[in-house]
Amino acid sequence: MFSIALKMLFHDRAKYLGLILGVAFSTLLINQQLGIFIGLITRAGAVIVDVPEADIWVMDPGVKNLDTIFPLRDTEIGRVRGVPGVAWAVPLYKSNVTIRTGNGELEASLLIGVDDSTLIGLPPEVVMGNIDDLRRPDAVAVSADGFRKVWRNQPFSLGNIAELNDRRAVVVAILKDSPKFTSSITFFTRYSQALQYTNNGRNQMSFIIGRSAPELSPEDVARRIVERTGLQAMSSRDFRWKAIMYVVQNTGIPISIGTVVALGILVGIAVVGLMFNLFVLENLKQFAVLKAIGTSNIQLLGMVFLQACVVGFVGFSLGLFGATMFFETAGKSPTFQGFFLPWYVAVGSGAVAACIIVLAALFAMRRVLFADPAIVFRG
Amino acid sequence: MGLPIAVECEGVIKEFGSGSTKQRVLHGIDWQVPLGATTFLVGPSGCGKTTLISIISGLLSATAGRVWVLGKETTKMRKGALVRFRADHLGFIFQQFNLLPSLTAVENAAVPLVVQGSTLASAKRQASGLLDRLGLEKNKWKYPNQLSGGQQQRVAIARALVHNPRIVISDEPTASLDAETGHEAMQLMREVASGPDRAVIVVTHDTRIFEFADYLATMFDGRIESFRQNTPSESSH
Ligand SMILES: Nc1ncnc2c1ncn2[C@@H]1O[C@H](COP(=O)(O)OP(=O)(O)O)[C@@H](O)[C@H]1O
Ligand SMILES: [Mg+2]
Repeated sequence: MFSIALKMLFHDRAKYLGLILGVAFSTLLINQQLGIFIGLITRAGAVIVDVPEADIWVMDPGVKNLDTIFPLRDTEIGRVRGVPGVAWAVPLYKSNVTIRTGNGELEASLLIGVDDSTLIGLPPEVVMGNIDDLRRPDAVAVSADGFRKVWRNQPFSLGNIAELNDRRAVVVAILKDSPKFTSSITFFTRYSQALQYTNNGRNQMSFIIGRSAPELSPEDVARRIVERTGLQAMSSRDFRWKAIMYVVQNTGIPISIGTVVALGILVGIAVVGLMFNLFVLENLKQFAVLKAIGTSNIQLLGMVFLQACVVGFVGFSLGLFGATMFFETAGKSPTFQGFFLPWYVAVGSGAVAACIIVLAALFAMRRVLFADPAIVFRG
Repeated sequence: MGLPIAVECEGVIKEFGSGSTKQRVLHGIDWQVPLGATTFLVGPSGCGKTTLISIISGLLSATAGRVWVLGKETTKMRKGALVRFRADHLGFIFQQFNLLPSLTAVENAAVPLVVQGSTLASAKRQASGLLDRLGLEKNKWKYPNQLSGGQQQRVAIARALVHNPRIVISDEPTASLDAETGHEAMQLMREVASGPDRAVIVVTHDTRIFEFADYLATMFDGRIESFRQNTPSESSH
C-alpha cells in the first residue's frame, strides 16, 4: 500500500513540488532567522565567553550589560580576593577607543586590558605571534577580524603600528576572539598599558574577574562576594545570560525576527495545510475506490501519513540544506562572522515542520476517514 | 440452505435522509442470488439497483433487514471484518472504471492483491498474466489516460478478478462503452469471471448485453418484481 501511496504522491508533480517547497521555505526561514538571532544576541556576551578561565565576574551594582560600565575603586580587588572561596581574582579593563586604520580612516574599537602579571583575560586562541610579547612596551594584540578591518587586504603579519587614541601601539600577536555586538575590532593589552591609552594612567577597573575554589560553585562564591563587598557579582554563566537578556528586552531584534519566524511558520502551515488538503481532496475518489476494494481505514491513514511524512522529510531536508548553505557562505563574510546554525534550532525547526505536517495530515485524514466508499458506484 | 447461494437478502429496507426529507428507496427486498451463474439486475433508472448492490457489497448499511454473502451474515459484521471480507471475496467493476490515474494498467490490476498484503512487485507479476489473457499485453505499462475506454474497462475487469474473488459485482459495466466494446467486455468477463463456485452480479439497463445473463432480476420502485432464468429466445432479441 505504501508504494501505491508514494505513486499517488509523486504523480501530481506540481502539488508535490509545492508541498515540498512550502515546508522547505518554512524550515529555511526559521533556521536562517533564528540562527541570525542567536548569533546576534550571543554577541552581547562575547567578552565573557572569551575569558573561559574566569567563572566569576564582579562589577558595579548598576551594571546591566557589558557596554555600560562604571569603574570600581582599586581597593575592591583586595576585598574580593579576601572572600573565602575565591581562588584568584584579577582586574579587567574594557573601554572603547578610536583607532586610525592604515588608510587614515577612523574606526571604533574595543580595548581590553588584562592583568599585567598573569595576562588572564585574553581569548585562548592565538592566530599569530606570542602573547608573552605583550609584556613589551606599547605592545598590543589585535583580533583577527580587527586586523582584517584595520589593515585591509594585508596578510596577517606582526609589527604593524596602530594609533589608539593617538598613541602608538605595536601589534605583537593576532588572536581569535568571539564576534562582538558593537565593533569587530578589538585590541588587547596589559592593564597598565590600557590605562595609558585611555586615561593617562588613572586607575579604572571595569571588572574584577576571578575563579571559584574547585569545590564551590561560582554562583555560591558570587553570592558571598555580594554579601561581603556590596558589589554586583555573578557567575560567568549568569552574567552572559543577563547581557543576552538585556539585548532581548531592550532592542527590537526579538520582535522583528520573531515576526519573520512566526510568518514562516504561518505560511508553512497555511501553504502546506491547504495544499495537502487539496491533494487529498483531489484524490478522494481514489481513496474511496481503495476503500471499496477493501482497504482498511488504518491502511488508508498509513498511506496519508506516509505521504505527509515524505513531504515533511524532503521539504525539511531541503530547507535545512538551504539554511546550512546560508551560514556556510554568509558565515565567511565579516558581518555574519561567527553566525552558525545551532543544533537546537535545527531540531526545533524539525519539530515545527513535523507539527505542520501532522496538522495537515490530521485534517486530510479526517477527509479520508469520512470518504464514502459508496460513491464509487455513483457518477 | 442446501442451494448454492451466493447472496441472500431478507427484508432489506433502505431509507435516505431523515424527518420530512426521508425517502424509502428499498421496500423490503427478499432475493437469492445463485452461485455458478451470472445474474443481471435490471430496472428503470432510480429504482434502487445501485443502492441494493451497495448494501450487498457492504459499502452502504441497510436501514433494516439482513444480508448473507457466501453464507456469512454481513449485516452483522463489524466494520473492520466487513472491509476484510470485501477485500477477500468481492471484486468490483464500475461504470466509470475508477482506475487510479497515478498507477499503470498492471499496477491498477494489482491493487486488490496489495490490499490483501502482497508486495506491489509480486502482485504485478500475478496481474500481468491476467492482463495478457484480457488482450492487454501491449498496454500493461500505460497509464489509464493513455488507454481507450474499452482498454480501461478491461483493466478494471482484471482488477476485479486478480485476487480470485468468489463474487464479482458490476454496476453498468458497459454504459460508458460503445456497443461492440461493451459486448467484448462482457464476453471477457464471462470467460474469466464465471465458474461453478462463483457468482457475477451485473447491474445494467443495456438490453444489448442481456444474452450474457443466466438469471434476470427485474426491479421496480425499490422492489424485485420478478426473478427468473434467462431464456435464449429473450436474450437474442
Ligand atoms: N446517498 C443518497 N442520498 C439520498 N438519496 C439517494 C442516495 N443515493 C441514492 N438515492 C436515491 O435513491 C434512489 C435510488 O437510487 P439508485 O439506487 O442509484 O438507483 P438506480 O441505480 O436504480 O438508478 C434514487 O431516487 C436516488 O435519488
Ligand atoms: Mg445506478
